[in-house]
Amino acid sequence: MPDTFELEIVTPEKMVVRDSAEEMQIPGRNGYLGILPGHAPLITELSVGVISYRKSGVTHRFAVAWGFAEVLPGKVTVLAEQAQEAGEINVAQAQQEKQQAQELFASGKTEDDFTRAEAELHVAETRLEVAGKSG
Amino acid sequence: MANILDIRRRIRSVINTRQITKAMKMVSAAKLRRAQDKALSARPYARMLANVLNSLVSRVEIYDPVTGEPKHPLLAQRPEQNILLLVVTGDKGLAGAFSANILKAAVRFLQSKPGKNIEMEAIGRKGRDFLRRRYPARIPIGGERAEDSVPKTESEVAGIFLVGEQVGVLNKLEYSMAADLAARVIERYTREEIDAVYLVYNEFKSVISQRLVVERILPIEQIGVENVQQAEGMTLEQKERAIEAAKGTGVGLRPKETKEIDAAAEKFATAPVDYIYEQAPEELFRSLLPKYVAIQIFHAFQESVAAEHAARMTAMDAATNNATDMIDSLTLAMNRARQAKITKEIIEIVSGAAAAQ
Repeated sequence: MPDTFELEIVTPEKMVVRDSAEEMQIPGRNGYLGILPGHAPLITELSVGVISYRKSGVTHRFAVAWGFAEVLPGKVTVLAEQAQEAGEINVAQAQQEKQQAQELFASGKTEDDFTRAEAELHVAETRLEVAGKSG
Repeated sequence: MANILDIRRRIRSVINTRQITKAMKMVSAAKLRRAQDKALSARPYARMLANVLNSLVSRVEIYDPVTGEPKHPLLAQRPEQNILLLVVTGDKGLAGAFSANILKAAVRFLQSKPGKNIEMEAIGRKGRDFLRRRYPARIPIGGERAEDSVPKTESEVAGIFLVGEQVGVLNKLEYSMAADLAARVIERYTREEIDAVYLVYNEFKSVISQRLVVERILPIEQIGVENVQQAEGMTLEQKERAIEAAKGTGVGLRPKETKEIDAAAEKFATAPVDYIYEQAPEELFRSLLPKYVAIQIFHAFQESVAAEHAARMTAMDAATNNATDMIDSLTLAMNRARQAKITKEIIEIVSGAAAAQ
């Protein structure tokens, strides 16, 4: 069994990553999934969260929001609507978005408002988390 | 005979103009290259998405086995009565007939659907300006006019209205904008307020391969296949002009080689294995289908942006050539005038000398 697998992260705007990895974690709809080489074929939807993969002992982290992933024994492909590496994240903007989401949460009236506020809050917090941990 | 000084002044001004149009052409060429690259880098995602959906189609029962009704609202075909048309034009002018051609195609589409209620949303300032004048928004019920009064404007007679606009978004095109638009459209479609959604835009494969198309994006008929309803290619003359303009700007005439990436995208989610589905395939299908609509809209926007830059590049190249022609003919006129003046002076001297004898 090879000890690495191929990895691709693709967004509608560009191909974010083409790399190989020894292990990886992805935020599935029903919780985080750990992936090692030789994983059984799997298709899952992604929620908002952190994708991290390790290559030669270095861990790379990305904030992703929605999408889905295909896992094959030798390859993982992630289609995400947004995927940002720590260096790409605009901390000030994320903080502002977080604040806006919190305001919406406080002032929201309909069910829709709350759902949206919660989702936006989650995205912003994930970004901040990724930016903070490796920065 | 015109004054030599005047002609000289005019030549100088035309030279200045030529410099500006030349610079604009180069700027457009650079922007076109960037837009082309962006459109290309969006391709894998679109392909992969279409693939996953297609492979899900074979696993999910899309149509109800008893009634034959599609299970997903976005696949539901209804008789077209209320239509939404998204018109994608440019935000800025000086791009030749770019926006005008799209609007012409849009008007042709409107004429081909008589008796229907058509709502339009303009993406791009040029289209907004034109459509707002011609098809103003519906007067709100209970507004200044009674409901039973005779319709007055052309748009009220025809049942065609401009209902929305997106101006200045194409310049900094982001996926989230297309996704928001798609979400809005999908919601209205699901509520059955509209029965079909069309997109009119300038398709752009390369500088010499462009088409004005009207594409139906909802209901979805076949995933991964564009549903083109009306298309108009480039004329030979347009192609020649585009080739001429692209010379020396570093803009490739053919689309870039992307076979490798395409092939990789092609394989996505089609491996001949039994996947474990974390979610039920039906559920996955349901959440992915709206994304497919969004990426289609996004893709159309990207191509339209590239096409606009290409049109501006061609227009500015033509303007530069025209300026050069004008400089040539003005120079000729100036030389003639100068010569005439010299001849006249010689005649004066000679006849003066003759008279003195």
